[in-house]
Amino acid sequence: MAATPKVLDVAGVSKRFGSNEVLSDVSLQVDKGETVCVLGPSGSGKSTLLRCINWLERPDGGNVYLNGKQIGVTSAGTVMGDRDLSQVRTHIGMVFQHFALWPHLTVLQNITEAPIQVQRRPRAEVDDEAMALLEKVGLIDKRDAFPARLSGGQKQRVGIARALAIRPDLLLFDEPTSALDPELVGEVLVVMRDLAREGMTMVIVTHEMGFARDAATRVIFLDRGRAVETGTPEQFFTAPRTERARQFLQRYAESTNGKG
Amino acid sequence: MIRDFGIVWSERSLLLSGLANTTILSVLSAAAALVLGMALTPALMARNRAVVFAARGFVDGMRCVPFLLFAYIVYYGLPSLGLRFDNWTSGLVALIVYNTAYMAEILRGAWQAQPREPIEAGVAFGFSELRLFRRIILPPLLLMAGPVIGNQVIQIIKDSAFLTIIALPELTHAASSIQSRRYVPFAAFITAVALYWGLCLIVEAGVSSIGRLAEARR
Repeated sequence: MAATPKVLDVAGVSKRFGSNEVLSDVSLQVDKGETVCVLGPSGSGKSTLLRCINWLERPDGGNVYLNGKQIGVTSAGTVMGDRDLSQVRTHIGMVFQHFALWPHLTVLQNITEAPIQVQRRPRAEVDDEAMALLEKVGLIDKRDAFPARLSGGQKQRVGIARALAIRPDLLLFDEPTSALDPELVGEVLVVMRDLAREGMTMVIVTHEMGFARDAATRVIFLDRGRAVETGTPEQFFTAPRTERARQFLQRYAESTNGKG
Repeated sequence: MIRDFGIVWSERSLLLSGLANTTILSVLSAAAALVLGMALTPALMARNRAVVFAARGFVDGMRCVPFLLFAYIVYYGLPSLGLRFDNWTSGLVALIVYNTAYMAEILRGAWQAQPREPIEAGVAFGFSELRLFRRIILPPLLLMAGPVIGNQVIQIIKDSAFLTIIALPELTHAASSIQSRRYVPFAAFITAVALYWGLCLIVEAGVSSIGRLAEARR
């Protein structure tokens, strides 16, 4: 049977900062339409894994493939220049922990900037699509506002619309709700749940266990730079196979009970 | 005293042409220095250390030379190296080169104060090289540095007065010509000061409108 390439194939990626090995030999395959949540204690390398996927960090070892095409390395085997990397990155949307909206552009312009300037798509088409995306994230009335005038939850919904506007094959979320006030987390998770239902292919670094449990198709648990466990949410949350995962879930359960 | 200002008034066409020349010099050199400063800023922030070293050397060098001395070098010194400019070209070159260093340094400071994430988002969304700089990095810098750039433009207007020493017919040159021919130093110079002040007020009005744009985005 002819194997269709995975949307994302992370093959044995390693990354070190100085003498500190942040990722060691992490592998992860993602099929089209999957929602994979990356879980783990802080400092376990989750964000670095995400940033190695689109080469915001250059992996020290291992390979990353998007739809079968290697990222960061040309067909001749040399490291890609900025221009080639940009070409690849324009297929991968990213949502940042601190939103990272462009402060000099309005909400609408934030969404249309990359499609018009990088992808060189016609403005009229991009504008129409951006308006539809604003409708989807419930911010149509904020289209002419500057990011500074938005709440955290609104900023992050713009961040998601911006990432969708490039029609990505893959969407990366780097702790999208960690910088939000607790009462604003829900409005962002609602949008992410919708995307999961619609079959967007996503890799999400998160501490939202409830979300991972009912929206993920698969979870991967990182600890000290290693992929310790991977499986369905049911299996991971009800019957974790490793001691480390058990401890992690235990600590998480205690902290939420404490808050109640 | 009223009579002295009357004499200055009778020389108004000379003063106005001086004012016009000062304005032309300042506008041209401020615009050129800002554009060249923008081009130089990435060199100050480059990863390549040789590039940073060269750019830094130029910027620090310029900032430590008194402008008057620099203007002397351009007008009187360069001819001995075979480079001979007329007084207009010398004046413009001196103002532009000198202030390019300041503009680049102002923009570098603003760049370092920017949060890292929006620029990183630019990279993640496929911006690179010139497009990244022009579309993502530079606009917030200009908004943030607007007041300091305005300040530098005022500095340029005032520095242009030094160019009287290379016989450039700008405002200070006009005022000193009036005082030396008509013996009205106080009235001539005070009138020139008032005209410089007017120019600076215009620049400040421009700065505050940039400030309003920046405020909406902060």
